Amino acid sequence: MNNKPKKAGMTLIVKTITRLTVGLILLFGIYIVLHGHITPGGGFAGGVIIALSFIHLMLAFGKDLALKKLSEAQASFFESLGAIMFLTIAILGFVGGYFFLNFFLDKGEPFKLFSAGIIPLCNVAICFKVGAGLFAIFAALVFLKIGSGEER
Amino acid sequence: MIIYFMCLILFCVGLYAILVKRNLIKIIIGIIITEYAVNLFFILVAYRSKGRAPILIPDQIVKNMVDPLPQALVLTAIVIGLAVTALMVAIAVRVYEKYGTFDITKIKRQKG
Amino acid sequence: MFELYILLLLMIMGAIVAVEIKDLLSSVIAVGAVGLVLSVVFLVLKAPDLAITQLVVELLCLIILIQATIKRGVPRIIGRQSFLTIFMTLTFIGLFLAFAYSSLRDLPQFGHPIMRVANYYLEQGLNKTGATNLVASVILDFRAYDTLGEATVLFTAVIGVLAVLRRIGRKKPGRAVRKDE
Repeated sequence: MNNKPKKAGMTLIVKTITRLTVGLILLFGIYIVLHGHITPGGGFAGGVIIALSFIHLMLAFGKDLALKKLSEAQASFFESLGAIMFLTIAILGFVGGYFFLNFFLDKGEPFKLFSAGIIPLCNVAICFKVGAGLFAIFAALVFLKIGSGEER
Repeated sequence: MIIYFMCLILFCVGLYAILVKRNLIKIIIGIIITEYAVNLFFILVAYRSKGRAPILIPDQIVKNMVDPLPQALVLTAIVIGLAVTALMVAIAVRVYEKYGTFDITKIKRQKG
Repeated sequence: MFELYILLLLMIMGAIVAVEIKDLLSSVIAVGAVGLVLSVVFLVLKAPDLAITQLVVELLCLIILIQATIKRGVPRIIGRQSFLTIFMTLTFIGLFLAFAYSSLRDLPQFGHPIMRVANYYLEQGLNKTGATNLVASVILDFRAYDTLGEATVLFTAVIGVLAVLRRIGRKKPGRAVRKDE
């Protein structure tokens, strides 16, 4: 009885389709975040979609390859970066006179991508925070599942 | 009026699952259903008949829109609900690893 | 609004199936169905932001729940709670619904909200913020303090999950022990 090393991940069909679509899902998430002030969506939905693209990679190829793309230290760095960016934009308003005041970016014309003051920056900060946080939660759950599976 | 009542019946189904069931995963499912019912109730209060979505469109002046304030509140509530669900599932996984079962009556009997 | 009643009836039936069925995997899938129908209901109630967010959050919730219940909890839990518990719960729910019926009559009629604060946001939103998505202007400019609180809650939940699931000092592979045991 020979011991073949267990192949991580799912079958070949799932891996091929994942290679084709995971980049598109990431791009779609970035589109929804950046156009948050023109079309429906915003930072929360876009952040969850970006986290879903990384989770798709982890489910199809196994956790080793997905953690090479975005390791746990990097995920923790991005989440803290998002939180600090949001707080900085909030406190910078104190220079102008009030919390969250917008004094350094003008409003622009409506329906353009670079308009609406600080709203796109806040959307990007929230996207970092939500996406990296949810990916860290899922990575921790998958690690524990494999750890307790060896016990039986 | 009837539609508010149906939303409250959904809330009561979730409440029944939290109070009566013995399986830990069923209790988590009850909390999820309760959250859905509360979010739905907020958006039902904010609806205006023959209204439009609160997004402006070029070259069109829209007169009546639905209420955007409860939509902003529920948007954050949905994501917070996801975070709370993840935390509950993590605790349930830990409980299973320590006691070997999801039954809450057996968990209360073993002390440490 | 005929379709709204049918969709709500579908949600109630899906919730009853999710609560009562014995197999864990089937009840998790039924909760997923309830969430998807809720996303369609949000779209019918003219809230596209919420429909997108509810759809993707529901998917993530399903994935996390299935990861927890698969290969676990296979022995069925037999027996039920005592009769007194079920009776008291049903009495409480009946009282709750009776009081709710008499207080729901004070709400404005379905379809005519009061909108005292929101009229100001709708009229002045484009002038003051320059954003055409009015829900985003409410959530990130008029009420940005609430979003800061929500970001803090998310951060705390992530830290909580990572603290609960941490493996400290494994003595043998597959068993997590604390350092002082």
